[in-house]
Amino acid sequence: MDNMVASNGTLTANETGTGRIKAGPSGRKPRRRLSRRNIIVYGTLIVVALYYLLPLYVMIVTSLKGMPEIRVGNIFAPPLEITFEPWVKAWAEACTGLNCDGLSRGFWNSVRITVPSVIISIAVASVNGYALANWRFKGAELFFTILVVGAFIPYQVMIYPIVIVLREMGVYGTLTGLVIVHTIFGMPILTLLFRNYFAGLPEELFKAARVDGAGFWTIYFKIMLPMSLPIFVVAMILQVTGIWNDFLFGVVFTRPEYYPMTVQLNNIVNSVQGVKEYNVNMAATILTGAVPLVVYFVSGRLFVRGIAAGAVKG
Amino acid sequence: MTSVSVRDLSLNFGAVTVLDRLNLDIDHGEFLVLLGSSGCGKSTLLNCIAGLLDVSDGQIFIKDRNVTWEEPKDRGIGMVFQSYALYPQMSVEKNLSFGLQVAKIPQAEIDKRVKRASEILQIQPLLKRKPSELSGGQRQRVAIGRALVRDVDVFLFDEPLSNLDAKLRSELRVEIKRLHQSLKNTMIYVTHDQIEALTLADRIAVMKSGVIQQLADPMTIYNAPENLFVAGFIGSPSMNFFRGEVEAKDSRSFVRVNDVAFDVTSYPARTRLHPGQKVVLGLRPEHVKVDEATEGHEVHPATVDIEEPMGADNLLWLRLAGQSMSVRIAGQRRYPPGSTVRLSFDMAVASIFDAASENRL
Repeated sequence: MDNMVASNGTLTANETGTGRIKAGPSGRKPRRRLSRRNIIVYGTLIVVALYYLLPLYVMIVTSLKGMPEIRVGNIFAPPLEITFEPWVKAWAEACTGLNCDGLSRGFWNSVRITVPSVIISIAVASVNGYALANWRFKGAELFFTILVVGAFIPYQVMIYPIVIVLREMGVYGTLTGLVIVHTIFGMPILTLLFRNYFAGLPEELFKAARVDGAGFWTIYFKIMLPMSLPIFVVAMILQVTGIWNDFLFGVVFTRPEYYPMTVQLNNIVNSVQGVKEYNVNMAATILTGAVPLVVYFVSGRLFVRGIAAGAVKG
Repeated sequence: MTSVSVRDLSLNFGAVTVLDRLNLDIDHGEFLVLLGSSGCGKSTLLNCIAGLLDVSDGQIFIKDRNVTWEEPKDRGIGMVFQSYALYPQMSVEKNLSFGLQVAKIPQAEIDKRVKRASEILQIQPLLKRKPSELSGGQRQRVAIGRALVRDVDVFLFDEPLSNLDAKLRSELRVEIKRLHQSLKNTMIYVTHDQIEALTLADRIAVMKSGVIQQLADPMTIYNAPENLFVAGFIGSPSMNFFRGEVEAKDSRSFVRVNDVAFDVTSYPARTRLHPGQKVVLGLRPEHVKVDEATEGHEVHPATVDIEEPMGADNLLWLRLAGQSMSVRIAGQRRYPPGSTVRLSFDMAVASIFDAASENRL
């Protein structure tokens, strides 16, 4: 290039031709496939991936085998004869205590617990976060600090007091009671999530809406909500998986007929009478874990985007 | 008739005082610019006038109505923000009409006002687009339109051009001026850009740490700055300052700076300069004459340090009286570094400040 400038734009054939390129490195830098760096990076990733996938493989394979095949003992071997019998049994026939209608009852209980809990907790927490981020009312910082501290208190500490509170309210042992508990315990982390997200949105948008005459709810529904899809997806995933996988609250705050799927799974796997039906247990476990798994797969990309959006600025 | 009147306004954030008993009266149809560096309280003052910040003390009147405790929407103001602040999920048309719909204005009236605003700002082809599909200049035009449809008396601009590139900024600057000339609304405009302030304003309020340093028309601000801060803030490159002492000889007065004595007899001083008084002499780079035959002015030799050709102008950095000073001359006049020039000064357009109080003498 220097040459071109020096010669004032008039190029001789010599300068434009390939003769200008000398021997030695030129163009794109070559990379070796099997460099030490690649071996370490891919090697580590493959080992970690196997570490996580192997148990899932064993579970799926075992759940598709009949009991005689399992007794042979080759847990890594693929099934010789594929059977869906264990899945059907886990869903519809497995026994917990006296009733033998399988996991299906627990599934519907979990749905009846998860859906209202997720909706109510997200609705309340998003309004909380919006109020804390945008309407700096007196004591806002104090409320926020209390909420954040709440996120660090171990659940076990609060179980007995909550049992008493629910009993006094007359909802102990009901689904309503459990929904209330899930809503309350989701509040600190969700409020934090929403507050940070809303605080990251341009403040001038909020000001512009106020000049336009919009009030608390108009700004929330018309301006903030339409901009917040990613964070709502994140909150939904957190809550669905958290509440679906919950065991402690399900066991403590409900009666056996309302036990969520996780509690029922535990009861099926740990029932002591008769032979241990490993294939049924494996199928039941996969069924219980299926809902969070599906949620992750469906909304995985939105999840990553939302986490970053909520976390970077706060 | 005053359009906006700020009386004894104070604002504290906890122990920090941002505005302290500030007074400001803005006439109807006036274009007032609040100018200052960041953190001087100019945006805070604008937010107080808009009602987006609660004041700690004092009053705000808009059109002779006390609006100190009113909500922003009830104050009769429209506001344009630096980041445009367009609602991202709404089309341009929705953005313009949102405030009117919130106010439950009949749809026919909304359509009429949106049509008028989009004609004035020439954004009719953009009405169906989303803000993300607009360029920066178009977005800011829509943001101005949002203030326009509100049919208000007072427009507030919070650094509206700061996010645009230099070319667009100068284009939109002219458009805002044209808009003001045709609408004749009161406009309060916050900026840190002195060119915007000087070109747009009827009056400029130069602010520093919550206090208005000088409130005057642009030419007065430029030619007769009230104190050292205003003198240094306005003008680019900034004014040359020489710290010295007043001397009197043969009924002429001088300011002595090291080995150079500037003859300031022709300076229109407000109060007499006393011999021995410590002062700061301010000379704008464009008011210094280089190698020109001037009658009645002293000539001082100086050496060229650095030359900065800028096309239309040529900026010379010289050494005089033991310090560096800049001089602006026409672009075609070139002086290589090291050459000696002869300077002369017109003291009628100079500024002299008291060294202690930093106020104009």
